Amino acid sequence: MVTLNRESMSIMREIDVIPFRNRLKEYAVKIGMSLVNQTKIITAASELARNMLKYANGGKVTIEVVSKGRENGIRMVFKDEGPGIPDIDKAMKDGFSTGKSLGLGLPGTKRLVSEFAITSEVGKGTTVIVTKWKNG
Amino acid sequence: MEKIPILRMGNLLLVTIQVDLYDRLAETLESDLVQMIKKTGARGVLIDISAVSIIDSFMGRIIGNIATMSKILDAETVVVGMQPAVAITLVELGLPLNGVLTALNVEKGMELLKKKIAEEEPEEEEDHGDTE
Repeated sequence: MVTLNRESMSIMREIDVIPFRNRLKEYAVKIGMSLVNQTKIITAASELARNMLKYANGGKVTIEVVSKGRENGIRMVFKDEGPGIPDIDKAMKDGFSTGKSLGLGLPGTKRLVSEFAITSEVGKGTTVIVTKWKNG
Repeated sequence: MEKIPILRMGNLLLVTIQVDLYDRLAETLESDLVQMIKKTGARGVLIDISAVSIIDSFMGRIIGNIATMSKILDAETVVVGMQPAVAITLVELGLPLNGVLTALNVEKGMELLKKKIAEEEPEEEEDHGDTE
């Protein structure tokens, strides 16, 4: 996977999510992503940004335009220094913390992207890396 | 503070969301709408989301809340104009907006609302008519 472009943004307040979404949209349009895939990745990004705000008081997101073979895509790294997730397997199960309270809708978010990886250390923070291929 | 306008038309309230929603704006809309239903005695709420390109779980929940709260206050809610990409994304996200009435566009939404409202208050007028 080759990174063609990289940009970092801080998400410290709810209102920061909008310029981030707009920027992401620009990249998605630039690589020629279909409208459905654009909507999916922006929605996934919105969920992950919200989790960072809700559980870790914010964090940092890096947007990258990546390419693998002939396929272009967008990769995002969400990194926070929050409390971490003690049981990731549980957090990745449908129905955990979703439903009524929502937030942390990780399984749903995973379905919206092509690749999803999460690492978390209690007391240190959580990092979520997602990739959406243009035609993925 | 930024606000989404709520228009009154007879016994209906109309909301057209033309901006990108963020959490506080959506929450403000939720409480404004509920207040407005109470104040005007509106029987129906029509929410046009044709200009909304992203609905995530939070926004989805607000829409569900509005529908439920309106129902408790005896008003029906119809959400109209959802973009196809948004519908696809919502279902994959696992948020099918159960319990929210939807229609393809404003015109169909209006029809649906009027029908729903008429269904709920038929007695007085119809009983005087040909039933007896």
